[in-house]
Amino acid sequence: MTSFMLSGTTASKISSQLTHLRHQMGTPAVGMVLTLVVVCGESEQYDAVRAATEAAREHPSRILVVISRDANEPNRLDAEIRFGESTPGEVILLRLYGELTRHADSVVSPLLLTDTPVVAWWPGECPDVPSKDPIGMLAQRRIIDARSANDTVKAIVGRARGYVPGDTDLAWTRLTTWRSLLAAAFDQPVGKVKRGSVEAVPGHASALLLAAWLSDRLGASVKVSDSEGPGLTAVKLSAADGDIVITRADGHLATLSRPGQPDRRVALTRRPTSELLAEELRRLDPDEVYEAAIQRLAKTGRS
Amino acid sequence: MSKDSSPAPAGEGKKDSADASDRQGGNKGHKSPGKGTDTTTAATAASSVGITDAVIEANPLRDPRDKRLPRVAGPCVLVLFGVTGDLARKKLLPAIYDLANRGLLPPGFSLVGFARRDWKDQDFAQLTHDAVKEHARTPFREEVWKQLSEGIFFCRGEFTDDGAFDALAMMLKEIDQTRGTGGNYGFYLSVPPKFFPVVVQQLKRTDLADGPDDAWRRVVIEKPFGHDLKSAQELNAITSAVFPESSVFRIDHYLGKETVQNILALRFANNLFEPIWNRGYVDHVQITMAEDIGIGGRAGYYDGIGAARDVIQNHLIQLLALVGMEDPTSFGADSLRREKEKVLKALRLPADLSLATARGRYGPGWQGGEPVIGYTEEEGIPPDSITETYAAVKVEIANRRWAGVPFYLRTGKRLGRRVTEVAVVFQRAPHLPFSKDDTEILGQNALVIRVQPDEGITVRFGSKVPGTAMEVRDVSMDFAYGESFMESSPEAYERLLLDVLIGDPPLFPHQREVELSWKILDPIEEFWSSQGPPEEYPAGTWGPASADEMMARDGRVWRRL
Repeated sequence: MTSFMLSGTTASKISSQLTHLRHQMGTPAVGMVLTLVVVCGESEQYDAVRAATEAAREHPSRILVVISRDANEPNRLDAEIRFGESTPGEVILLRLYGELTRHADSVVSPLLLTDTPVVAWWPGECPDVPSKDPIGMLAQRRIIDARSANDTVKAIVGRARGYVPGDTDLAWTRLTTWRSLLAAAFDQPVGKVKRGSVEAVPGHASALLLAAWLSDRLGASVKVSDSEGPGLTAVKLSAADGDIVITRADGHLATLSRPGQPDRRVALTRRPTSELLAEELRRLDPDEVYEAAIQRLAKTGRS
Repeated sequence: MSKDSSPAPAGEGKKDSADASDRQGGNKGHKSPGKGTDTTTAATAASSVGITDAVIEANPLRDPRDKRLPRVAGPCVLVLFGVTGDLARKKLLPAIYDLANRGLLPPGFSLVGFARRDWKDQDFAQLTHDAVKEHARTPFREEVWKQLSEGIFFCRGEFTDDGAFDALAMMLKEIDQTRGTGGNYGFYLSVPPKFFPVVVQQLKRTDLADGPDDAWRRVVIEKPFGHDLKSAQELNAITSAVFPESSVFRIDHYLGKETVQNILALRFANNLFEPIWNRGYVDHVQITMAEDIGIGGRAGYYDGIGAARDVIQNHLIQLLALVGMEDPTSFGADSLRREKEKVLKALRLPADLSLATARGRYGPGWQGGEPVIGYTEEEGIPPDSITETYAAVKVEIANRRWAGVPFYLRTGKRLGRRVTEVAVVFQRAPHLPFSKDDTEILGQNALVIRVQPDEGITVRFGSKVPGTAMEVRDVSMDFAYGESFMESSPEAYERLLLDVLIGDPPLFPHQREVELSWKILDPIEEFWSSQGPPEEYPAGTWGPASADEMMARDGRVWRRL
């Protein structure tokens, strides 16, 4: 891997350095399919870049990491360019100082790949309305993570209010395996579901979304109750023909019980961030099912 | 079942199956929001209608707009005949694990191995475990293995042993009880075709071939689908006497490859290529599958079959069909197969086969830095063998789009390197406003679909050589998406096995396609059989001189690969 540091630089210098490096390495053709802008703090940077470069193996990307540093320092832009063996695309870490921290878009926008999708990802804190954020406005898809919020209900309700197509949440992505298993359990009719519950550690963002999705789709009340964890531990649904129960005590292997059928064990592992991100990058169109779930949660969460 | 080693480790097969109408529920398709906009994987998306309307309507948790939910097979058992073969160990068992790892197998999915060995369930589980550890593409995870291993069973017996199949039937019934698999069985015949009749008859005798109305039974077969038209029809008669065509899935693993499906996306999701995809712009098409290996331990299978039957009849003709066909009205099995059949029906061989075909066999030589022996020195090959290990054929498609555009198909063993590609070579520009010297070394534009090993697309075009003089030469532009970067990307067998379990047939060739391709190949084989031994070429080179002469007669050359 080649790493290159530029201190006190500008977007155009970064750009020409990139071109220069690419020519030097003899690979002037650009095979990247999107630009991923990661907005995070210095402490989250390592994990975020790792996950993003992993995901870039499936979706070759230019990864721009925007790190805001001390706003009281004089204006300065530092850049670290990495490319080579570890990833098929390029990684550029941008460190912003002074007033520049409020104008990150002026650095990012000239560095976007031409005429290909832009995805913004906030692995930690995120703006209240991502689509109104200067970086968010550059992106077709805005990924946040409600898990990192202090008050998850409030965070998701806030999301619902500011939702525009293209918003999405890794707390929702984490549910795909659960939702897929639940959907498979409903492929054979079980009758009308009367009520249900989702059990998870207190304040679990995904549990809230799962309950909201289930109650939206099934037209039944689905409660969230607390458990010891880890993460999501159970979904229980009482249907006309009996109970459908998925329990997962150890965070790895779940048991599915359905009326009239033997209990079966199913692997249901919590996925690493890189896989979640890769799933997000696979589809860039609006996720209407997610929207319905957060709107549902906003309705019940407020009351 | 000592004999049922994998039928064809290297050239594997073709598959195909049911008509759209008999997939579980029909494919009216949920075209609601957004389905048509998915251009990158148009083919994949279109073929992902395995979970049918009826199921979705009845299932409140499914929503056609919910594209995150993967296609997951319904409850079922896969019965594998030929568990000890290479194919099972290297491809099938790992693919099953990978599917489980991706969460695409249903809860309760069970795998039954059938073989002659004196094994218990745990011995077969051990074999599976080792195969998975060694060959699976996704990381080994204990919890996934636990889920899978609970559903692994083994049934001991010979194919001729009625008792063994009665035991199998009982075992399956019991699995339905304990694992909730609902009487849905897939039978994978990873055994040489000579065993098909007896296995299929046993399945019929034990009523395993014909389930109750609410359950499905499917049979998966591997190439070779016969060695000529007549034997293909006989083979089909055996399976179709017991299974309806819609339940027969013929595996051609090439069609499970991402790039091959991408041919459809490339052609039909773009407006850039289709306007020039015809005789007005295309000069000719070259379809190549080159292998660097010899016949290995397959002497018994290979001798008497040869390169053309082993590769051209299935893989290359299928690739030709995808490149040459008109646009299907949808990506459902019915429409797709209809268009493929149309183009196969339009295939014509040149009148003089001695001028339009070439064949060869490898002699001793150096291959990639190692000395290797010639074909006739391989163990088990008779010295008077006339089997070819290299075959090149010129065909034409007699329709408005392609009249006069030759399609050259070639395949061989012990060639320079391993590569499979489809190259569409365009005509030269009608007028070059440069001096003759400036464009002396300018070749023809080409669009190349690289199938393996480096999957992707290459465009070749002329570009100015930097400098003060105007000089134009050929350059190549490469594109590769996910597949080539991701070691854990789905393997062709994964995709195809999942399609079998879901009952989604577009990627499996229909019997009619099999027969049509034999109709093309039979006259060539007949001609060759009267020509004595094939021309020898040194191992590690690009085939016999006659293949180059065949191109030279048309004023063309093979692409240097």
